[in-house]
Amino acid sequence: MGVIGLGTEGAIVTTRIEQLLNAARSASLWYMLFGLACCAIEMMATGAARYDFDRFGMIFRSSPRQCDLMIVAGTVTKKMAPRVRLLWEQMAEPRYVLAMGGCAVSGGPFYDSYAVVKGVDKIIPVDMYVPGCPPRPEALLQGVLELRRRIAAGELGPRDIESLTAAARAASEAGTETES
Amino acid sequence: MTKPIRTEEIEVSMGPLHRGMEKIAEKRTYFQYMPLVDRFDYLAAMLNGALYCMTIEKLAGMEPPRRAEYIRVIMMELNRIASHLVFVGTLGLDLGASTPFIYCFREREEILDLFDLVCGARMTFNYMRPGGVAKDLPPEFAPKCREFLKKMPARLREYDDLLSNNEIFVERMRGVAKIGADEAVNLGLSGPTLRASGVGFDIRRFEPYSVYPEFDFDVAVREEGDCLARYLCRTEEIRQSLRIVQQALDGLPEGPSSTRINMNLKPAAGEVYHHIEGARGEMGCYLVSDGTTTPVRLKWRAPSFSNLAVLTSALPGWKVADSVAIIGSIDVVLGEVDR
Repeated sequence: MGVIGLGTEGAIVTTRIEQLLNAARSASLWYMLFGLACCAIEMMATGAARYDFDRFGMIFRSSPRQCDLMIVAGTVTKKMAPRVRLLWEQMAEPRYVLAMGGCAVSGGPFYDSYAVVKGVDKIIPVDMYVPGCPPRPEALLQGVLELRRRIAAGELGPRDIESLTAAARAASEAGTETES
Repeated sequence: MTKPIRTEEIEVSMGPLHRGMEKIAEKRTYFQYMPLVDRFDYLAAMLNGALYCMTIEKLAGMEPPRRAEYIRVIMMELNRIASHLVFVGTLGLDLGASTPFIYCFREREEILDLFDLVCGARMTFNYMRPGGVAKDLPPEFAPKCREFLKKMPARLREYDDLLSNNEIFVERMRGVAKIGADEAVNLGLSGPTLRASGVGFDIRRFEPYSVYPEFDFDVAVREEGDCLARYLCRTEEIRQSLRIVQQALDGLPEGPSSTRINMNLKPAAGEVYHHIEGARGEMGCYLVSDGTTTPVRLKWRAPSFSNLAVLTSALPGWKVADSVAIIGSIDVVLGEVDR
C-alpha cells in the first residue's frame, strides 16, 4: 500500500484490490455457531462478556451462508463428519476454517477411539490450528488474531482470484451454450 | 390468522458425539482414565471426577481424609452452580433474551477463576483422585470464594429481574409441557427435571454420600411440572448450593488432603455401582474389576440420556416454537448423552 499526498484535502492511497479486500475480510470474520463438544463452551465463553469476540468484528451466525469462518470446536465423530463437510460446502468463498482443540486438530484424547475422526483436516482443509483441551479463550483469541494477520497479508484464500474468475466464466459460458 | 404449526411426533436420533468413552476405559489403567472422565459431562466435570473416584474408592475399600471430602463438596457445589448458570444463560438465549447469557457467563467466569486457582484449568480439571484430591487448596482460595459467595445473592436477584419476573419469558414457560409426577417417575427422570414435577428425590438427602449429611440445605421442589418449574427449581438449587459451599468453607477441617495410594491401582475382583446427584440428575458409574490394573467394564448412567426420553411424550401437541423452551428446560448436555 502506498500513500500519496497527505494534505488537508485528504489522502490518496494506492493499493491492489486484493489487498483492500483482504484487509476488509480480516476485520469482520463472522463465524459459524458450530459447537460440537467441550470446546463449544469455551467458544461461548470467548464470545461472552470477559473475552468478547465482538470487539474484533466477530459475530456468530447460525447459517453457513452468512459465515466466513468455521470454528470447529470439539470432537468430530464419524457420524458427525458428513454433516461437518456439508456445512463447509455450503459456506461461500472466501471461507476459512479454524480447528479448535485437540480433538479437531488430531483426535486429541480420543486418539484410539473407534468412533472419532482423527483431526478435522481429514475431511476439510484447515487454515489455523489451536491446540488445547479445551484451549483457553486467550489461546482461541490468539489463533483468531494470527488468522486475521495471515488473511490481511494475503497468505490465505481466495488463493487465486484469476483462476476462480476464469473457472466461473467458463462455467457460465458452458451454461449459456447448453441453454441456446 | 394462520394456524400454528404443531409437533405431531418426534424421533430422537443420537450418536453424533459418541466418542466410545466406555470402551476406551477398558484400555486404560484406572489413573490413565481420569482425564477422560472430565469430558463426559463437560459442564460439571468436578462432579464426574468425584463420582469416578468415589466408585474406585468403594471398589477398593478406601476412605479419603475428611479434609478431602470437604474440598470435594466445595468443588462439586461450585461446579453445580457454574453448570446451572450456563443453563439459565442459554435458556434465555434460546428464548430470545441475550442479556442473561452475558450476565450468567460473567458469574461463571468468577467460579472458573476459583477452579483455575485450585487446579490450573477452567473446564476439564482432572482434580479429583482416588483417595482425595490432587492438591490442597491454596491459601488465597478461601477469601476469594467468600467474596464470591457474598456477591452472588445480589446477582441472582438480577437474574430474577431479567428472567423470572420477565413477562414474555414467563408466558412462554408457564404451563408448557407439564410432566406429571407418575409419568416423571415412570420415565426414569432425575435431578431438577424430576423435582419440578413434585417428586422431592435428591440423592444428597436420601442416600447421602461423602459428608453431605453434615450440611443444612433444602431440596428444591416445585409442584407444577412445567417448563417454568424446571427453570425455578434450578435457580433455587443455585441458592442451596451457595449455602452448602458457605458451610463447607466454615467447617473445613485441617489435615491431609489425600492419602498416598499406588498409581498402579489393582482393586480386588468385583463389581460396584455408585451414584451421586449430578447437576442434571442421577449420575451413576458401574465398574467391574478382575483384579488387574484396567477395568473390565465401565458403564456411565447419564442423567441427560434418561431425561431425553421425556421428549417423545412432552413435545407432541405443542407448537414448534415451544420445543425450544421444552428442550432447553430439560438441560441436556450431549457429551453425556452420547458419551
